Amino acid sequence: MLSRTASSLYWLGRYIERADFFARLIEATVRLDVMSSRPAGEVAWSSALAVTDTEADFAAHGGELTQSDVVRFLTLDTSHGGSVIRCLDRARNNAKAVRTALSREAWTAINRAWLVFENRHRIGETQATLSLVEAVKNETRGFEGAVHQMLRNQSHWFIRLGQAVERADNSARLLDVKYHILLPEGETVGGVVDRDQWTTILQTVSAVTAYRWLYSDGLTPANVIDLLIASRELPRSLVASSEITVDILGLLAERTGSHGEADRMARMRAARLGRTRSGEVIASGLHQYLQAFIRENGQLHEAIGRQFRFV
Amino acid sequence: MGKRPAFDEIMGMDGDTPPRPALAALGRWLEETPDDELRRRQEAAETTFRQLGITFAVYGDTDTRERIIPFDIVPRVFLADEWSRLSEGLVQRVEAINAFLDDIYGERRILKDGVLPEDLILGNPQFRPEIAGMRPPHGIWAHICGIDLVRTGPDEFYVLEDNARTPSGVSYMLENREAMVRLCPELFREYRVEPVDSYPDRLLETMKSVAPRGGASGPVCVVLTPGHYNSAYYEHSFLADSMGIELVEAADLVVDDDIVWMRTIAGRVRVDVIYRRVDDDYLDPLVFRADSMLGVPGLIAAYAAGNVAIINAPGNGIADDKAIYSYMPEIVRFYSGGEAKLPNVETWRCREPQALRYVLDHLDEVVVKLVDGSGGYGMLVGPTASRAEIEAFRAALIAEPHRYIAQPTLALSTVPTLADSGLSPRHVDFRPFVLSGSKGVQVVPGGLTRVALKEGSLVVNSSQGGGTKDSFVLMADSPYQRQTQTMGGMTQAQGFGV
Repeated sequence: MLSRTASSLYWLGRYIERADFFARLIEATVRLDVMSSRPAGEVAWSSALAVTDTEADFAAHGGELTQSDVVRFLTLDTSHGGSVIRCLDRARNNAKAVRTALSREAWTAINRAWLVFENRHRIGETQATLSLVEAVKNETRGFEGAVHQMLRNQSHWFIRLGQAVERADNSARLLDVKYHILLPEGETVGGVVDRDQWTTILQTVSAVTAYRWLYSDGLTPANVIDLLIASRELPRSLVASSEITVDILGLLAERTGSHGEADRMARMRAARLGRTRSGEVIASGLHQYLQAFIRENGQLHEAIGRQFRFV
Repeated sequence: MGKRPAFDEIMGMDGDTPPRPALAALGRWLEETPDDELRRRQEAAETTFRQLGITFAVYGDTDTRERIIPFDIVPRVFLADEWSRLSEGLVQRVEAINAFLDDIYGERRILKDGVLPEDLILGNPQFRPEIAGMRPPHGIWAHICGIDLVRTGPDEFYVLEDNARTPSGVSYMLENREAMVRLCPELFREYRVEPVDSYPDRLLETMKSVAPRGGASGPVCVVLTPGHYNSAYYEHSFLADSMGIELVEAADLVVDDDIVWMRTIAGRVRVDVIYRRVDDDYLDPLVFRADSMLGVPGLIAAYAAGNVAIINAPGNGIADDKAIYSYMPEIVRFYSGGEAKLPNVETWRCREPQALRYVLDHLDEVVVKLVDGSGGYGMLVGPTASRAEIEAFRAALIAEPHRYIAQPTLALSTVPTLADSGLSPRHVDFRPFVLSGSKGVQVVPGGLTRVALKEGSLVVNSSQGGGTKDSFVLMADSPYQRQTQTMGGMTQAQGFGV
């Protein structure tokens, strides 16, 4: 496989995953803002900006911390790289550049996700927002299904690899930001926290029902953190994403004979996460832990690029 | 501009008669299928094309949105005997084009014998002195030709132009067929249509047949694209995909010691055959345009050393040139020893004073074209042009006559087409694809039919708003129509006393 193709497939996996994550986050935030007993208002929207790492862009853009402004900014605004439309644009450009490596269904799913935004310049009311993010989620889910049906070859694994690396980053970011908003300086986990915010986290990773299955003792922050870091059952948890990364790198090594630094880093990380107890993480500083994880994930990303000669 | 009488390929010479006997069933199908139903199917096809991203960008268009080429649901049909006559003419012409290119870049017998004026070749910007003396593997230059034809009557076909550089449109031929089979299966039950889907296999066969070496697991073939911003990128990716070979950009290739390699995740892999969809100008900055970012430095040296086959060969532009086109009857005679089976359209070379005088006196009757133009750009269609357009061309012709040719305005054939007001005749042309490999020349039974969607318009180019249709070639060894339940359920079998 061409190095350029591998790189485009990997980035394609990352951008589609990111678009999907943003759509989920927006949906969960809308719910939090509108449907909870006490509208969360500005805090909810500023946390959405923090999770997506777009606070500075938004400040420069000069909007207000309202649903309509932030949603517009995170979905339709093409002036910064952190909007859903830009993620889909980049995903589609990568997909176009490697069309031959994609199945017809996979390409069509990406193109359809992109077409959701064609000629859309207004965001509309809550209902319109929810149906827009719903459409994005449907198409990205369609893409995931199409990828699942692809031949189990290098193309498939590179897309999945990008997806896994992005997913690990997104989950860590979500947990870190939310945790900070929820836990003002000096508070301890389990103290006075806003239930709805924790529910938002679960909604973002589509794990509200899963949580009920896995934890019988109601909604507690410690359990949510445990679910997102150490639960192998949840595909979006840090441990699950890390293990998937190891598996995919292993399959690629088998196929290409390229085995190296990235494999070693990924294996070390997964082994460490496998031994992680969320209680200990909380006690010794969740924020530092998550920041280190995000940094390490970035280093792994670079190692992957070197190993497969991404230009 | 009044309607000129034109031959309709389904309805015959005059729109009010019953359809041509062999196409009676198709006529009935058009009659019996409500326009709304045809429109619904046509829209379904276009939706599919949009979702697949079979789009193109129009250069210089301020609207950057990707566009699909409009698709028309009514097919154009060739009878088996018409097709076999056409094929013979196409094979003869493409063999002559290959012989001509081999000669022009080699011994130049055709110039020595005085058949063509020397300055027409040697002073032509399309002639590439850089590659004179290089000879491609097996002496084949134009592996893939798209020969544009027009029709004016049941057996009157003319060649309008030869595309021997990088003819495009084959993906539309294949996708249009795909759509027709899905949306109008009843037509394929009625008519036995030659399949076109073997094209990618035949193309790959052609590529492999000219490989300078076969690696352990056969020659490595690739498609070279300028990248996904190119207007024909969909086709490039489609072809690479359907042949199961890599689609590469210039940055993926590197020439080392006159050998072409591609960069892969596991290191370098040697390349044997390149189907390039990049023009000569941009192919190799060391030989052609030095500012090209789309080319591969050293590619031409590797080609000259015989280490790689380039399809189509560099230098072919001279065969596409419209000034050369006007000599094609002489060229065919010179290399094949016989008369051209497919005639040219009568052409005035404006470089010749007498012809120029005639053209200037008849600007409102003729079509004027740039000799190196394509895509319907820089064209004057006299009968439908405004005074101002005619005067602008008059000035251009007087200033640079050698840049233009002129042809009579032909009464192009029509095919019923779904217009806003219902079915109505629209002018068409046709681009069949001819493949030349070391095992001979073959014509794929089908091609690209382009249709002018505006009433009375003769301009079919997609860049000017033309559309496409599927092109059926009927099989020979059977009555045209199967004796089965016909589509309307009225089972009156039509006999064909052909």
